[in-house]
Amino acid sequence: MSARSDETLATAPGAPHPAAQRDPSRFRPRLAARRRGGTIFHLVTLAATLVGVFVLALLLVDIIRDGAGLLSTDFLRNSPSRLASRSGLRPALWGTVWIMVITAVFAFPLGVGTAVWLQEYAPDNRFTRLVQTNISNLAGVPSIVYGILGLAVFVRAFALGRSVLAGALTLALLVLPVIIIAAQEALKAVPSSIRLGSYALGATRWETVRYHVFPLALPGILTGTILALSRAIGEAAPLLLIGALAFVDFVPRSPTDPFTVVPIQIFNWVSKPQPSFHQLAAAASIVLLVVLLGMNAAAILLRNRYSRKN
Amino acid sequence: MSDSILQPPGDIELEARNLSVLYSEARAVKEISIRIPDRKVVAFIGPSGCGKSTLLRCFNRMNDLIPGARVEGEALFQGQNLYGPGVDAVDVRRRIGMVFQKPNPFPKSIYDNVAFGPRINGYRGDLDELVERSLHDAALWDEVKDRLDQSALALSGGQQQRLCIARSLAVEPEVLLMDEPASALDPLATQKIEDLIFELKQQYTVVIVTHNMQQAARVSEYTAFLYMGELIEYGLTEEMFTNPREERTEAYITGRFG
Amino acid sequence: MSAKTARTGAAAAAPGFPGDANLRRRHLQERGVGVVLIAFSSVSILTTLGIVAVLLFESIAFFQEVSPVEFLTSRRWTPLFVEKHFGILPLLTGSLLIAAGAALVALPLGLAAAIYLSEYALPRVRSVLKPVLEILAGVPTVVYGYFALTFVTPHVIRPLFPTADYYNALSAAVVMGIMIIPLVSSLSEDAMSAVPRALREGAYALGATRFEVATRTVVPAALSGIVASFILAVSRAIGETMIVTIAAGAAPNLTLNPIRGVQTMTAYIAQVSTGESPHGSLEYRTIFAVGLALFTITLLMNIISARVLRRYREVYE
Repeated sequence: MSARSDETLATAPGAPHPAAQRDPSRFRPRLAARRRGGTIFHLVTLAATLVGVFVLALLLVDIIRDGAGLLSTDFLRNSPSRLASRSGLRPALWGTVWIMVITAVFAFPLGVGTAVWLQEYAPDNRFTRLVQTNISNLAGVPSIVYGILGLAVFVRAFALGRSVLAGALTLALLVLPVIIIAAQEALKAVPSSIRLGSYALGATRWETVRYHVFPLALPGILTGTILALSRAIGEAAPLLLIGALAFVDFVPRSPTDPFTVVPIQIFNWVSKPQPSFHQLAAAASIVLLVVLLGMNAAAILLRNRYSRKN
Repeated sequence: MSDSILQPPGDIELEARNLSVLYSEARAVKEISIRIPDRKVVAFIGPSGCGKSTLLRCFNRMNDLIPGARVEGEALFQGQNLYGPGVDAVDVRRRIGMVFQKPNPFPKSIYDNVAFGPRINGYRGDLDELVERSLHDAALWDEVKDRLDQSALALSGGQQQRLCIARSLAVEPEVLLMDEPASALDPLATQKIEDLIFELKQQYTVVIVTHNMQQAARVSEYTAFLYMGELIEYGLTEEMFTNPREERTEAYITGRFG
Repeated sequence: MSAKTARTGAAAAAPGFPGDANLRRRHLQERGVGVVLIAFSSVSILTTLGIVAVLLFESIAFFQEVSPVEFLTSRRWTPLFVEKHFGILPLLTGSLLIAAGAALVALPLGLAAAIYLSEYALPRVRSVLKPVLEILAGVPTVVYGYFALTFVTPHVIRPLFPTADYYNALSAAVVMGIMIIPLVSSLSEDAMSAVPRALREGAYALGATRFEVATRTVVPAALSGIVASFILAVSRAIGETMIVTIAAGAAPNLTLNPIRGVQTMTAYIAQVSTGESPHGSLEYRTIFAVGLALFTITLLMNIISARVLRRYREVYE
């Protein structure tokens, strides 16, 4: 800038101040224009954020408008029929319950067990890293590919047919990576000082996990599991492959029975040309969203209650 | 240099022989040989990073838990190598207890904190009596006897640390390793801990790591000065603080570095 | 370690602690638990092996009857007709067309939302808007499909493009784009929050406005993370099934015109599996051939995304 850069500020009084060498006109800050641009940008990004919110609201309003009128105990008690006015959600609801319970029974122990092994037991070597990477990749595989796997392995190779069990096992594999990742996070959050304190008293690794680490991580693990299951509840694609029939009019009575679930029933109804069936799809969507709301609320309550406790 | 390393008289409870600890290539403890006598208090002092905590952790196999840590040489407990084949680390840790710098009570009740160790080690006998005795020995009983089922986290820092000491005592160890037990505490709580150590040494061998030299001077009979992973000097506390043999010891003690 | 000197007689054979038997039992338990946990963990590996094995096995059988060249280059896909053609291009372009459309919606909106939440929003506003955006990700895809078919097509697409088909790619693409916004905004926002405050403060201290700090300092610094989120979002769009099956149609047209119906790879698989194709037939095997293509594409994208993300993490952590 200044040619006389070795001038110090303590020059003799009366000497020209070095600041006089500066030429403000060489900078054009154009503050007002930049401020204006900034404000516009601020509004643009806010608008972008609100677009999603707006569309969500639109979707909810649309569904409620289309389907709310059909919500009744009859709707929940009837089975699907060729007449829209007599169709109901009962087999699909029960099918969903069956599937969810059995999925949880398989996915929870497998997922938590894998997470415990990865976090507490596995040495830090290439094999462990491979397992970890594999799980991350599995989380990104399209759900329909899990359906293909389930079809070939559970329906055919294990000869389970188009049953609740085959569907539940497939969904269990689908949500397994999600549960593992969530459980790992919960385990990681337990402070290492607790583990050290336990080991120093002569506890084995299993005793440390069982009596200290796991109880502390449990709320987080449960929250993650509920959220994982709430994703599974809305899945239709893999179960289409398994052969969840859309025209099931009975409630499954054992894990080997055929079944349908609410999302597939919605799919079936919306695929029909008649608007009266579309309304049924909307009503079923409301039911599904209400269930999801409940599950997510439970998960959040659980998380808040335990984070406040600590 | 061996002039500056004392060979204490009497029964030797813990001994290191050319003990080294490596953290993936970096040597944190360099071939240290030292003898800890039975039922005395020995202080490890030295500047940050000199290896005193690492050396302490050798004696209860806690370095095993650090991935990439390797131990060379021998660490002996009552004459037997702790790192020998067939030695059970779990058993070692019951018999050689540890108290940590930051109190780490379990988020359970006071009673359950003390009872955990005996329970998993299969204690046969009156658990209530053991808990009470341990809390007595840790000078905490009077303060908590009416609220044993309250959460341990509700105690003050100093109380939590004494609880951790009680917890370690409950498994009836023979040695207590203390890693800067009072550095996270206020002066009053520190005083209580130091008084406690004075009582404890009647039954237990105590090794205490401290960065507070006055504390070492107050509680210990022998002091070891470590610097950059090496044992520089080891002797009677009184002698080391008034008339150290090594220049580096004197420099550290007089505060010229550290 | 049970040898004791006489000195410590009293405490040693502590009548309270059983010693060896207790230790043996506990170590046995420890080993048993280890075995069980490893068995559980192997399920995840078996899953991947299973997917690859199943897809490859059936695809190999498929390609013994259909030449890979035809599969990759033919422009007609008619496996269910009498005159059979097995060119995957129509399905591929269907998937890519819709994914591109979804990306056009989700990437700018998602990034803008991320910038707003990360750089502009007050904490209170953020704590409300962020979860609300996450809700978008939680709505089941069948519900989105319903919305696309019964609302977006008649009330949004048709008014703008009167010649649009009943089933069209645009409707599915737009709705899918909305669904994917949280994926982009969440990951991008994480990337931007990880940019050290010192970097921002340095820019502010030079007299930059918030807009300039956001666009010229933070976004470039977080670019790898943002790009990773983009790739992941597109991968998700390609792998989605229900929205496209419901709203985009089942006609494998080879077209880039978004107001026409198309069929994606995922929609085709859904169509065949709900049909009557007998097990072991060539039509049945198309599920696996198309599935293999789908799996390969999404896997590659996910791996690339992960690698981009890792490079970003190395720089800042």
